Amino acid sequence: MDLIYELITNYTLRTVALGAATLGVVGGGLGTYAVLRGQSLLGDAISHAALPGIALAFLLTGSKAPLVLMLGAAGAGTLAALIILGVTDATRVKYDSALALMLSVFFGIGLVLLTYIQHHAGASQAGLDAFLFGQAAALVETDVLTMAGLGGAALLVMLAFWKEFKLLAFDPDFGASLGLPMRTLDVVLTTLLVVAIVIGLQTVGVVLMSAVIIAPAAAARQWTDRLGAMVGLAAAFGAASGVSGAVLSASVANLPTGPTIVLCMGAIVGLSLLGAPNRGLLWQWWRDRRNARRLRHETVLLDLYALAAKHGEIDHAHAESVLDAMNAGSDRTHNALRQLAEDGLVTQTSNTHWRLTEAGAAHAKALAEERNLQPAS
Amino acid sequence: MTLSTSSLPIDSDQPALAVRDLTVAYRDDPVLWDIDLTVPTGTLMGIVGPNGAGKTTFIQAVLGLVEPAAGQVRIFGAPYEQQRERVGYVPQRGSVDWDFPTSALDVVMMGLYGQLGWFRRPGAEERTTAKAALDEVGMLDYADRQIRQLSGGQQQRVFLARALVQEADLYFMDEPLQGVDATTERAIIDILHELRSRGCTLVVVHHDLQTVPEYFDHVMLLNVRRIASGPVDDVFTDEHLRRTYGGRVGFLRQKTADDRPQSAPSADRAVP
Repeated sequence: MDLIYELITNYTLRTVALGAATLGVVGGGLGTYAVLRGQSLLGDAISHAALPGIALAFLLTGSKAPLVLMLGAAGAGTLAALIILGVTDATRVKYDSALALMLSVFFGIGLVLLTYIQHHAGASQAGLDAFLFGQAAALVETDVLTMAGLGGAALLVMLAFWKEFKLLAFDPDFGASLGLPMRTLDVVLTTLLVVAIVIGLQTVGVVLMSAVIIAPAAAARQWTDRLGAMVGLAAAFGAASGVSGAVLSASVANLPTGPTIVLCMGAIVGLSLLGAPNRGLLWQWWRDRRNARRLRHETVLLDLYALAAKHGEIDHAHAESVLDAMNAGSDRTHNALRQLAEDGLVTQTSNTHWRLTEAGAAHAKALAEERNLQPAS
Repeated sequence: MTLSTSSLPIDSDQPALAVRDLTVAYRDDPVLWDIDLTVPTGTLMGIVGPNGAGKTTFIQAVLGLVEPAAGQVRIFGAPYEQQRERVGYVPQRGSVDWDFPTSALDVVMMGLYGQLGWFRRPGAEERTTAKAALDEVGMLDYADRQIRQLSGGQQQRVFLARALVQEADLYFMDEPLQGVDATTERAIIDILHELRSRGCTLVVVHHDLQTVPEYFDHVMLLNVRRIASGPVDDVFTDEHLRRTYGGRVGFLRQKTADDRPQSAPSADRAVP
């Protein structure tokens, strides 16, 4: 309760939380396309490559206004993306190599420029290295408004070209055959991704920013099979991580905001990978287990059926030990028999003996036919 | 802005597809060399050839998806850009990510995106059209399934339904029978024949030599160059097949002449 009160009344916390929520919504929404198109690493390269842009923008203008630095970041990020595409097209360097190369080269240039600025431009400019890991506490209202304006515009463009972007992500060749300008759409969507990245750099930093693009979308994919729902969920996960990261770092001493936001996203991804219905690991594990148990039960039932067939009378009772011998593990045979009895397929005739019921015999017969088993004669 | 494709008259004096001197190269290697091809309106043409013969590239070059080094393509007598709305396309099933978060119905509606135009979302009318197409390929019951949950044959039918809603006069299909079960193969062939009887022209990349005479009325044998093209009876000869695939094909066809085994080996891998 105190935290919610703080969130409403504390200016700094409120600003940081709103900023984090904004970058979460925009990063999650647009990151969905990056994840679906297999471009997660492109986001990483763009965010690292933004660093020299930020430094150059400062060196050229002497200003630390958010819009100026964001423009520099966007310019450098876009340039890196274009070089990556160009190198992949024109040379035999593979896409992942080109990505890794541009990421490190641009990041290296950025570090060199930062060091230069720190040594030559005086102490007041040292704040630029906050862009490495982010410095959310420094966010002020105009920063958040800039983020919201740019991010909102990017989301609006995404909605305006919804069906075209869907086609671009799913089947670009088919889109091109319809006459849609897929290359232009690709450039526009990549530009939107750049926007989503640069508005988060001040808060999360160039090193961790790609998590904001990838994590909410990867988590959202676990929960839904619809693109619209995935974009919405990713935005919601991004916002939730942003706010909880901001609040957590405000309430625990020495907890940096940007990394905390990323950790919150990591937690959501972890929960989604484990717990989501259908695609979640727990769900799959439970389904496999259930299938394995059903198979075991059917095996015991079929054994009983085979024994009965051998004796020529369908309701002939047999000792559990015989069934044990036909299978592995007496606990499992016993459990299987009890479950089968519960389902009305077998009944216990004495302490040790079991026989098929009429329903059990019919079920076993159907199973045997389905599995192409010859009844023992 | 959107013209209903079926309302356009089919120019019977112009072939559905006329290709002249089409050459495509990746770096130094020609993938297609100097292809001339005429596909008369109303024919069902198969394109066969070994792996790497350029079958897919041929379709992509005709549709402008890859840049040809040289050559001219005319569709009903005009460049493709002017005839887009009369052309339907079924890409290879393997060319997309089937784990994409979308439903069968949604994929079929993508066939209408070109006619819809910018900023318009598909609505009730488009859903009805798409459902009718799904019904036509026997997939209506699966309309809301995520596409990963469909079998290979079902996915292929969804792709076919997406092409059907385009209501094109000329269809290009890249291996629509690849990896489908016998029932689906029959169903798809029936649809192709139905389209032909409506006056459509179809150009279909095919991988199974055994079924060429049964399914198609025209065929192009392709191996970087056009080895032969024309009515199946005239050009689907042992000599042409040998020149397309190399030596081993005569054996394959002789076997078919005696009895036509369902699971006869495809000659797709018999690269010379």
